[in-house]
Formats: sequence, C-alpha cells, structure tokens
Amino acid sequence: MQTVIHKANSRGHANHGWLDTNHTFSFAHYYDPTRVHFGMLRVLNDDVVDGGKGFGTHPHDNMEIISIPLSGDLEHKDSMGNTAVIQENDIQILSAGTGIYHSEYNKNKDKKVNFLQIWVFPKVRDIKPRYDQKTFKPEDRVNKLQVVVSPSEGSEGVWINQDAWFSLGNFKKDFQTEYSFNLKGNGVYAFVLEGEVTIQNQKLTKRDGMGVWDIDSIGIKADTDAQVLLMEVPMN
Amino acid sequence: MQVNILVIGRHTEILEVILRLINGEPNWQAVGALADDKAIELFEQQRFDIVLIGGGINDESMGTLTDRFKAKNPLIKIIKHYGGGSGLLFNEIQEALNQ
Repeated sequence: MQTVIHKANSRGHANHGWLDTNHTFSFAHYYDPTRVHFGMLRVLNDDVVDGGKGFGTHPHDNMEIISIPLSGDLEHKDSMGNTAVIQENDIQILSAGTGIYHSEYNKNKDKKVNFLQIWVFPKVRDIKPRYDQKTFKPEDRVNKLQVVVSPSEGSEGVWINQDAWFSLGNFKKDFQTEYSFNLKGNGVYAFVLEGEVTIQNQKLTKRDGMGVWDIDSIGIKADTDAQVLLMEVPMN
Repeated sequence: MQVNILVIGRHTEILEVILRLINGEPNWQAVGALADDKAIELFEQQRFDIVLIGGGINDESMGTLTDRFKAKNPLIKIIKHYGGGSGLLFNEIQEALNQ
C-alpha cells in the first residue's frame, strides 16, 4: 500500500477578493511539482465565491469537470444551451471534450457559495461535449457510501469519460466501513468535508486529503460525525 | 530569459484564449497555428522551446508534427494541453521548463 497525505493547511491558497480558493493540487499560479495530480485526478479546488460574483464565460476542452456545491447556489450557463442552478446535494458534470464555453456565478447576492471544483483527465480526448447534473438524497448516504459519479451511462451517479467512481458518505461517530476498489490498479483519494476520520490508521480532519493506492480496499472510521468524499481514479 | 512557445489547436476561440493567457505572462511569448502546415512553417522559421498541443489534434497529426519538430530540434519539449486555456496552462508550461 502507498499513501500520500495533504493536510488542509498545506493547500495552495489564493484570495482574489471575490474568490477565496484552496488548491489541493497545483493550479493557476500555485505550482508545487510534488503536488500536481493523484493519478487521473488533476484538480481539487475548494472555492468560496462572494454573492453575485463568479467566473465569466470561458472555454474548456478535454477535461471531465465535476462540481459539488457544499453550500449556497451556483448558476451555470454553457454554449450547449444549458442553464441550471445547482446546490447542496446536486452533482454537476461537464465533459468538455472538443470544447465548450461556460460561466459559473453565485446565484445569490447576499450569501457566499462554497463548492468543490474537481477535474479528472479524460479517458479519451476530443469527444463530443456533454453536460449533466443530478440531485442525490442525503439520507441515502447516512452511514453508507453513495455513488455520485461513475464511468458508465445508466449506472449509479452521473457518468464521466473516465474509469472513476466518486462516493459521498455521512458517517455518525464511531461508524466504520470498508471501501473496495471497483477496478484493480485504481487509487482512492479521500477528502474530508466535515469532521474527523481515520483511514488506514491515518487520522484526518476537515479538508485534509489522503491518496491510497497499491491496495484493493481501505478501512474508514468516523472519529466524530463526519462527511467524506472518496474519489477512485486510475493511477495511470 | 524569454520562453518561446508554439501552440497548435483546432478550435479558433480556445487557441486565442491560450495565446492571450501565455502572452500575458512575463517572459513567455506564444504564437499559434490551427493547421499542421502552418505549425510546421512557423517551426521552420522561429526558435521554440516548447510546443503545446491543444485539443482536436489526432494521433496521425501528432505523430507527423512530433517527427518534424524532433528532426529539426531533438530537444524540443512537446506537451499536451488539457482544459482549454484553463488553470492548468501555467502549470503545464512550468512543468515542461522544469524537466
């Protein structure tokens, strides 16, 4: 088993006034050659956007972009004609493929929006762009893992162009579970959204991240009430 | 020292964004090409440190371009860009420079 640990306070930080962001991996002008990616997981940004502010229209290509709102409302518009507001319990994916334009704004003028922006390298380059979103029931992840992203259409969660599975769990204190990898050779990057957990004997607190690979399953224990995001991705 | 970058991509607007972002950085200078012939012509005329391959370049074009560029400059760094003028651009170029 191999592991890598990224403590919350070691993340790259940038405050642009309207945007306060923490980068688990190198992004924009934060560059740390030892923290560029975890397998196919390239970006894990923890963004807080001021009321009414946001990212103006900009292009993307060849990236699987997953947005997970943690609080507040995020408005999305794209060049495929999609307009949507996503909020807590929604998962949005943008499979950028050959190219797409989009904008993301805080829908509310009077409160901040906090969301995770996660980028996964695509399995295949230059595919047809695709947008999807889905609302998940929070009760379906209490003391269990709820699959929210998967690699195939029709399966659980929204699907992306990569052999990746994302799962959310809301665990009560002292709950224990095991996560078995879906694909041999994949790794899992765990990101603590709330509370404290122990994964493979490593204690993690809010916004800590831990990657685990060269193993088929991991043990997770909630040391307090806790929320965890697991991202299983190919390592190469 | 100035870093000269050739950007190749098939999407006009994304190529323009990539060029604008790179040319906004001190000491980085980029020119772009939408077509392979134009890219090869530019590579013959100018000295480049990095070639950035954007979206829409298929394997056949990638192979042809790599062969031509390496024949002229065996040390040229050829990297694939992901994200379309995104927050990865600075990192990708920085990584290539660190190699």
